[in-house]
Amino acid sequence: MALRKQLFNVGAILKGMSVTFSFMFKRRPTIEYPSVKKQHAPRFHGLHELRRYADGKERCIGCELCSSACPANAITVVGAENSPEDRRSPGERFAARYEIDELRCIFCGLCEEACPTDAIVLTPRFEMADFRRGSFIYSKDRLLVPPEAGVGAAPDERPGGIPSDLGRVADQKSTTSIAEGYGATNRGEILKTQRKGLAALRDVPAGTPQGDKS
Amino acid sequence: MDVVTNILTAPYWPFVLLKSGILAFVVITTFAYAMLFERKVLGWMQLRPGPNRVGPWGMLQPAADAAKLILKEDLTPKSADPLIYRLAPFISLLTAFAAFAIIPFGESKDGLWAVGNVNAGILLLMAITSIGIYGITLGGWASGSKYPLLGSVRSTAQMISYELAMTMSFVGVLILAGTTSLDGIVHAQAHWWFAGPQIVGFLLYAITAVAETNRTPFDLVEAETELVAGFHTEYSGLRFGLFFIAEYVNMLTVSCIATLIFLGGWNAPFHLTAIPGIVWFLLKIGAFMFFYMWLRATLPRFRYDRLMAFGWKVLLPVATLNLILTAVVVAIWG
Repeated sequence: MALRKQLFNVGAILKGMSVTFSFMFKRRPTIEYPSVKKQHAPRFHGLHELRRYADGKERCIGCELCSSACPANAITVVGAENSPEDRRSPGERFAARYEIDELRCIFCGLCEEACPTDAIVLTPRFEMADFRRGSFIYSKDRLLVPPEAGVGAAPDERPGGIPSDLGRVADQKSTTSIAEGYGATNRGEILKTQRKGLAALRDVPAGTPQGDKS
Repeated sequence: MDVVTNILTAPYWPFVLLKSGILAFVVITTFAYAMLFERKVLGWMQLRPGPNRVGPWGMLQPAADAAKLILKEDLTPKSADPLIYRLAPFISLLTAFAAFAIIPFGESKDGLWAVGNVNAGILLLMAITSIGIYGITLGGWASGSKYPLLGSVRSTAQMISYELAMTMSFVGVLILAGTTSLDGIVHAQAHWWFAGPQIVGFLLYAITAVAETNRTPFDLVEAETELVAGFHTEYSGLRFGLFFIAEYVNMLTVSCIATLIFLGGWNAPFHLTAIPGIVWFLLKIGAFMFFYMWLRATLPRFRYDRLMAFGWKVLLPVATLNLILTAVVVAIWG
């Protein structure tokens, strides 16, 4: 009896060996990150950005709604009055100081939803590692897009929004297809109707890589 | 070419030293790439690419590892026995290397392919590799810490129970070959590898060799889930590296012995003599090494009592039976 049991064990070992051997020739799912980058879903919540209007004026009116919506208390806004000779934003006020502590930020996107002027948006950029804590406090000099970057459309199709070096693996490996990414949630549906920029994106057939492939 | 041969076979000590140096260099390089290859194979079997960041296909990974180990701090615990603690890795390493001195890598009528051609080679080889266990035992004991001590106690028990079965496993080969010289054993396999008639011995050897080199599934000496890292828990930096080298060189030694006494050494299979013997020898070693890595990727660790029970209640009786059977067969028909 004991001998028979041990013979079965030998069979089990051989079976296990055959499994490991066959695994040697399987396709490996590894994405070799620094050299190959997976494309995120368009709704990905990454680093923030402060946008402008087409005439170069800042969208932010310093209302501090984002700051009060922020569950992590990561946003500090200090508003100031626009003066006739130096108009920063179309409204009465603008943000004199706008700081986000990215170490506190939980990237929930509530600031984006709270913003009445679509000034603060989350981009798909996520590589912001640094060596000093202080460098994670992003102030206006780094958050505000330069005027030449354009008006800033929906978060996913802003110029330079999705880095062009995100690899071609997107069409095989992205968990959310680009075309249906927004449709996946209720919030996506709302965004679809509110943000015009997505119409262009919806027309892209699924699987077509975004961005240039230089 | 003749000049090189003459230099490498000259019986004067500077030339022998030179030859030993060349061999040591080759063994170290082989170790480095065996380690890389093992990490690659383990990676492939676990659906990972394995190390591939340093140099093309990770070919410079061994150099990076070596640089890292050299730059790390060499710690000696306060409760350790400093002399033995520092000496132990060298015992492991030197015995591992010494074993290579008597392994013939090819036809050695003129002594070209071995540093030392000993006529009781297999016995000397066994003796040398047995000393290697002192490095592990003393290292664990001298660390002055509980997990290394447990590791070294295990290593001692494991060595005693498995070395017995290991030696028994190839006494059958010695009976068939009628010699204990490694050269002679390979010559006796010119037509028929001993892995054929001594298949039981070969299987026993393959199993006990894994235990002898403390590799998974018999790596209870350094069982990281139970003993942190076993005997080398307290070692760091280069001293840990020496243990590491010793483990891989022992793997190579054991593969060499398996090749020499069971797989026909440098004899070509199917009369494919166009390919030189050294290539066949290296291929066979490589296959055995791969088998090791394959085992490591597949099998979980044995429980300690089962390891001992397996050694004493299965391997040793089977080895004894095999030996008696071989002796009887040779006595009647030999």
